[in-house]
Amino acid sequence: MFALRSMAAPAQRQCFRAAPRAAVSFSMRNQRLYSTQEKVAKFDGQKDAQGNYTVSLIEGDGIGPEIAVAVKDIFAAAKTPITWEPINVDPILKDGKTAIPDAAIDSIKKNKIALKGPLATPIGKGHVSLNLTLRRTFNLFANLRPCRSVAGYKTPYDDVDTVLIRENTEGEYSGIEHMVVDGVVQSIKLITRAASERVLRFAFQHARAIGRKKVRVVHKATIMKMSDGLFLQVAQQIAKEFPDIEFDAELLDNTCLKMTTDPIPYNDKVLVMPNLYGDILSDMCAGLIGGLGLTPSGNIGDECSIFEAVHGSAPDIAGKGLANPTALLLSSMMMLRHMSLNEYADRIEKAAFATLAEGKALTGDLGGKASTKDFTNAIIEKL
Amino acid sequence: MLSRSSARSAQRLFRAAALPAQRLNVARGFASVQDSVQSDIFKPTKYGGKYTVTLIPGDGIGAEVAESVKTIFKADNVPITWEQIEVSGLSDGSPTGRTEETFQQAVASLRRNKLGLKGILHTPVSRSGHQSFNVALRQELDIYASISLVKNIPGLKTRHDNIDLCIIRENTEGEYSGLEHQSVPGVVESLKIITRAKSERIAKFAFQFALVNGRKKVTCIHKANIMKLADGLFRGTFNRLAKDYPQLECNDMIVDNASMQCVSRPQQFDVMVMPNLYGGILSNIAAALVGGPGVVPGCNMGRDIAVFEPGCRHVGLDIKGKDQANPTALLLSGAMLLRHLGLDDHANRISNAVYSVIADGSIRTPDMGGNATNNQFTRAILDAMEKSL
Repeated sequence: MFALRSMAAPAQRQCFRAAPRAAVSFSMRNQRLYSTQEKVAKFDGQKDAQGNYTVSLIEGDGIGPEIAVAVKDIFAAAKTPITWEPINVDPILKDGKTAIPDAAIDSIKKNKIALKGPLATPIGKGHVSLNLTLRRTFNLFANLRPCRSVAGYKTPYDDVDTVLIRENTEGEYSGIEHMVVDGVVQSIKLITRAASERVLRFAFQHARAIGRKKVRVVHKATIMKMSDGLFLQVAQQIAKEFPDIEFDAELLDNTCLKMTTDPIPYNDKVLVMPNLYGDILSDMCAGLIGGLGLTPSGNIGDECSIFEAVHGSAPDIAGKGLANPTALLLSSMMMLRHMSLNEYADRIEKAAFATLAEGKALTGDLGGKASTKDFTNAIIEKL
Repeated sequence: MLSRSSARSAQRLFRAAALPAQRLNVARGFASVQDSVQSDIFKPTKYGGKYTVTLIPGDGIGAEVAESVKTIFKADNVPITWEQIEVSGLSDGSPTGRTEETFQQAVASLRRNKLGLKGILHTPVSRSGHQSFNVALRQELDIYASISLVKNIPGLKTRHDNIDLCIIRENTEGEYSGLEHQSVPGVVESLKIITRAKSERIAKFAFQFALVNGRKKVTCIHKANIMKLADGLFRGTFNRLAKDYPQLECNDMIVDNASMQCVSRPQQFDVMVMPNLYGGILSNIAAALVGGPGVVPGCNMGRDIAVFEPGCRHVGLDIKGKDQANPTALLLSGAMLLRHLGLDDHANRISNAVYSVIADGSIRTPDMGGNATNNQFTRAILDAMEKSL
């Protein structure tokens, strides 16, 4: 993975250091050579002649097309400067490995940004999930998972507002496993300084970007002294580059316990952690506010970023116009902010949260009776 | 692995339990690990009418809560002699700090007595620090099954109601293998080991546990969609053995989904069985649902040794020595120990007194929303026991 990245992005940074940031296309650079001043994973998309950005749109399976229409309608109503470029990512086999069609790869590479609906992972041996394939193809190293309580949907937890960043390329999900002898399996958790540094730096920069003053690393270095120890050590080094951000570390067990007891103290922090912990905790946070149907997700990479709804494709209600587009809509808000189109994001988000809080046009999963269309129209009215 | 005789006695107990419903309810009480999960031939023996039990108070709040347990057990004339061993994981250079000798003493004592009550030992984060004593003890004694009983305590209001689940965690391999190396500077590999033998052993334990305790459903927690070989082996073994237990409802769930379900709809879970690390995560999430680490009892069981310790393992260094600790978890773990010995009368008297004090609500430690000290809480339990006589 990393080797591929390094070749695609020759380390030219030194030469262009003085060049202004706007001078795009050189921001494709080797992750090892970041310095504090540079923003990790900056968006470099280009406007077209009409002043619009082009975004690759993967509608996905099941309810995907319906919720994609909802997002498109809302974006059109808000006059967001975005042109959609629908792409097909049905997997193909290339040299015996699951791969994404070249046209899709080219589109995302060109636009540097994509919005993605739910994909059904084909069941069966030897298939790597498409999500994983996308992550690997574009080296999306950080998974950004904010969770915010939705006013219209009551859960045992109120006012949750957590932000969690997960390392996305290695750790427990390295995929390196083997059966040593029959009945004995080794699975390798891989932690590298380079990948840790990159995701940690992103975490600190993201904390600054969203105005949070604290970054907390979640680890299990008491048991995994070397691997999580390395992650923690890198975090301590990087924290020195960000004197304005308060840094601390917490044991995974404590985080699980405290977040479930009372998530409010986490509202002013950005949490960053290795792959598996992030996977589990981000879904746990989603559980606090009512499930994956209400949580956005962004996969951030150096060259491009993909924003997605992480819920399932719900084949049972597909095509019936009953699906809840909130997760994809919130993901698209994250996307707009990543593209520095904050004013549009703020407007749409306000309308969406107001509609949810009002509770008149809720979809079935939130206990309402409205169709996807009713919900969409209610948001558009508020715009 | 469970011996054949233990399987027999478990089935016998299940048949017995299936008849009178009340018997079943007793078995479903809070601290209810039936000794019949273990084989009778390994049962500790009495000397001079008393059992000898190894007591390891542990670090942090350990000393304080162990003192409560000793006081209450003494007040109830429990036929137990404590063999107290002061092990510590704190490497602060003090005479009471960490030494290899005390650790070996503890191991030897547990081997001899086959029974222990234990607080939690501190583990340093530093890379040069020693391996966790907690983990080393479990591996050394091969106490492979960790059980945490998570149940709402009557009167202690939390965000969720009607929770009654049990987390069974493989204790000796998985992510806690302690096998790590640095291939080149900046690249570290940490090995997670899953073996068929240990997966089989823990799955069987979970099924037997469910049967003897009158539980209905066993859920296997894994991440086999990503770790196809390691967790795949764990899940595959579970599913294969599940066929031998048609009385039980068996299913499996991916760990991230399980943690999400745990905070939104925890009532759906009954017995859950999982590899080491997921157990650490889920026992903490689940403990938080019912009131925190201060109220969740647990134990670690091996073939012939059982060590009872709080089910959600927190040292509590921050409140050490402040007399704020909640002894409920260790007391209920102690009650589990008494039931393990067949001393149900003592166990019931003690656990009922604890429940009645908590339900009464006027004397509670800070973690349960009160402002009483550990001492006051312990005294209230003693009073409640006296009243019930």
